[in-house]
Amino acid sequence: MLDAGRLSAVELMRALIARRHSVDGRVKAFNSYDEADALAQARASDARRGSGKARGPLDGIPVGIKDVIAVAGQPLTASSRMLENFVSPYDATVIRRLRDAGAVCWGRLNLDEFAMGSSTENSAFGATSNPWDLERVPGGSSGGSAAAVSAGEAVAALGSDTGGSIRQPAALCGVVGLKPTYGLVSRYGLIAFASSLDQIGPFARTVEDAAILLGAIAGHDPLDSTSFKAEIPDYRRGLSERKGPWKLGIAREYFADGLDPEVGAAVQGAIEFYRKRGCEIREISLPHTKYAVGAYYIIATAECSSNLARYDGIRYGHRSTAATDAVDIYFKSRSEGFGEEVKRRIILGTYVLSSGYHDAYYLRAQKVRTLIRRDFLEAYKQVDAIITPTTPTPAFRKGEKSADPLAMYLNDIYTIGVNLAGLPGISVPCGFTGGGLPIGLQIIGQPFREAELLSMAHAYEAAHGWHARHPNP
Amino acid sequence: MTYEAVIGLEVHVQVKTESKMFSRSATGYGRPPNTLTDPVVLALPGALPVMNLEALDQIIRTGLLLGCTIAPVCRWDRKNYFYPDSPKNYQISQYDQPICLGGAVEIELPGSARNIMGEHKRIPLTRIHLEEDVGKLNHGAADSLVDFNRAGTPLMEIVSEPALHGADEAFAYLTALRTVIVYGGISDCDMEKGQLRCDANISIRPAGTSSLGTKVELKNLNSISFVRDGIAHEIRRQRAVVESGGTVVQETRDYDGQTGASQSLRSKEQAHDYRYFPDPDLMPVKVDEDWKARLRATCPELPFDKQRRFMEAYRLPYTVTSVLIPDLELSNYFEEAARSGARPQAAANWIVNDLQRELGAARISLSESKVRPAHIAALVGLIESGAILGHAAKEVFAEMFANGDAPEAIVDRKGLRTNTDAGELERWCREAIASNPKSEADFKAGKDSALNAFKGPVMRAAKGKADPKAVDATLRRLLGQ
Repeated sequence: MLDAGRLSAVELMRALIARRHSVDGRVKAFNSYDEADALAQARASDARRGSGKARGPLDGIPVGIKDVIAVAGQPLTASSRMLENFVSPYDATVIRRLRDAGAVCWGRLNLDEFAMGSSTENSAFGATSNPWDLERVPGGSSGGSAAAVSAGEAVAALGSDTGGSIRQPAALCGVVGLKPTYGLVSRYGLIAFASSLDQIGPFARTVEDAAILLGAIAGHDPLDSTSFKAEIPDYRRGLSERKGPWKLGIAREYFADGLDPEVGAAVQGAIEFYRKRGCEIREISLPHTKYAVGAYYIIATAECSSNLARYDGIRYGHRSTAATDAVDIYFKSRSEGFGEEVKRRIILGTYVLSSGYHDAYYLRAQKVRTLIRRDFLEAYKQVDAIITPTTPTPAFRKGEKSADPLAMYLNDIYTIGVNLAGLPGISVPCGFTGGGLPIGLQIIGQPFREAELLSMAHAYEAAHGWHARHPNP
Repeated sequence: MTYEAVIGLEVHVQVKTESKMFSRSATGYGRPPNTLTDPVVLALPGALPVMNLEALDQIIRTGLLLGCTIAPVCRWDRKNYFYPDSPKNYQISQYDQPICLGGAVEIELPGSARNIMGEHKRIPLTRIHLEEDVGKLNHGAADSLVDFNRAGTPLMEIVSEPALHGADEAFAYLTALRTVIVYGGISDCDMEKGQLRCDANISIRPAGTSSLGTKVELKNLNSISFVRDGIAHEIRRQRAVVESGGTVVQETRDYDGQTGASQSLRSKEQAHDYRYFPDPDLMPVKVDEDWKARLRATCPELPFDKQRRFMEAYRLPYTVTSVLIPDLELSNYFEEAARSGARPQAAANWIVNDLQRELGAARISLSESKVRPAHIAALVGLIESGAILGHAAKEVFAEMFANGDAPEAIVDRKGLRTNTDAGELERWCREAIASNPKSEADFKAGKDSALNAFKGPVMRAAKGKADPKAVDATLRRLLGQ
């Protein structure tokens, strides 16, 4: 539409600003936004397109940014009191790449504090609501990103995924969310939760939009030592070029107790769709799945206990006014600045790394991680990808699980293994419950084969059109 | 009872690199506070480390120079502890798999006299690993300020085995180690700038026993002489404790070089649990044989090897080599002069005595000197060929040092060349003999010293530019000897 001149980037931006004004009082997806800055970016885009210098399909497209990715001159809070007044002096690599592609960086979206949680209820600035049912959670930790795209407050958004934080909220809000292979997208400028698991990825209404956004942010970055020197294909073009049929795996461990019958039925429907398209469906086993949540909460908390040590009130961030000396600054600032879930994970992580416990917990969890990755790679000898539900249940009610951290942790049971194994995973809408809540289908791919993953999701999406339904929050 | 001290040294050396260990921020000293920083150095939210390959090259070069085993993979760990000078509140370091293992430092103990080479020993190393330096706290009356300019500077930690047995050995070890590192171009090791820092682990035991006593860690040994004094002080302190019936407590003590006293910083119970784990932000780096071979090719000759070679190949006396060798530039300077054709001992004497003295008086470094090694060689050549005389040579050297001219040019300009016209010399000699028949008779009667009576008039006639050897020979010939 922008290319055809039927809509200007400024008009698009104004429409989103108006939409945000009308719905975000209820959805609460945004932590902060800068309308003047967004309009200035949109004007610059129109000027480029006017002089024939448009930078591609993303030029002029407003992309919401999870408030855990650094944007120069804008607040960067991680939804934490600790960083309530922090403004980033620099751009994350993904932001630099979005700017290069002409995208408009629009707003900073809510999340569970420091990306720790599955409901966006752990935000220090208030919970985000699910646009399909405001009494329910949008999922998390990238709940603001999923809700903003779902509610039409942003065309697309960036989130981050450490144990399911893109795919789970995408499923619960009825949008597409992709967690790339570890190392495909630079983490430079992403506030670290668990460095060996974190990846930035796109949220969008359609698989095609997600493909375009992924293409813009993927690729090697010399500022991130864990970024991979991979050839980046044209993901968008790949959608029409790759049509299968594929060999798809169904992991029996992912259809066990605790799976909501409506979710199970929707995923079975998707499996039948692929079978009818000529795909070979094979039952496979990922035998170490039952250890994934345990290993994840050891590795992720160990890394977070160290990653979050820098928030000490010395150089920036919250400093307690009651503190009397350096050690007191640490104790009081961190006690005041961090929320309960963050403290719980720092304490857990500190414990599992302590001398005398390190081998029994941390080292053992790393071994389990290796076995989980091996499970997947073994499965990929037989199949091209694995199909699972994204979550065991649709969006749950606010407050329903916040008193029980373990019940909350189990919400990520189908997504966590993907992070431990470093694999790409996508969640694509695959229907609605009788109560009108979205359901997500997860496809787990092979390392650096996002193009194939997107094609699989695209084939399903094109045949079903779930993405045409929008909520009215 | 006599006691033996057992000492191990932990030496931290800042590696000389353009940028910091894990960021593009520049390194430097004495710059305005917090100007050598960037998001990585300040540990801003989202910043990530990227390894400086040059720093890794430098530590591998150090390991090769000291005969260490180089690990096939370089790995990074996080050492977690809170301190305001540590921006991330963890330090990226190497824990259980350091890049260099084993190796040794050759040291020389004091000789029985200044001109006698002392005993040489090899002090085994435990390990060398690479890490990042921390910032600096400046304590004021009401508050403390922190400067992160130093934070993130590449830092090597060189750990010796507990194989040193006294303050003199520790001093010799540190001197030898520093010389090797400076030779390798790895660091300037300027202790005043904090480029080399030393902690010592010290214990004592009854002489002749082999078990280790309770160790005390001595910190803040900020100069090489403080290292010697601090260790000597600690050994005396421990001996006094034991001899008065007490027991040494495991602790960390702070030595104050100004007052010569130490005080306890913390006991063993307050020791940190650093919760080491592999840094997930950094990938392991494979160090293959080609990499090591490339660095081995850039390793210089070790100082003591060079000293032995100077003594053998150039027949230099020990005292001269012990001036030349500790100074890489000076020893290279000498060798260049020797290679330019000068008689080595003579060149070494000019360098060690005259040049060093003038440099000191002028307060300039060797690299600022206008006198080049080829000039020294030419000067020695002029003297050895008899073209100029000793007192003239001193004058030529002063002129060389002042304005950097070649000695030949100075000799010619100032007319200092010895007279080499044999005919003229013979005429002056005949005149001198003719005017002193008594001495002629004395000499012919066998009184050899009578010859000296002719030399004064000949030299006067030659205005001091006659070669004394030639004068001597001519007189003897004319007197029929």
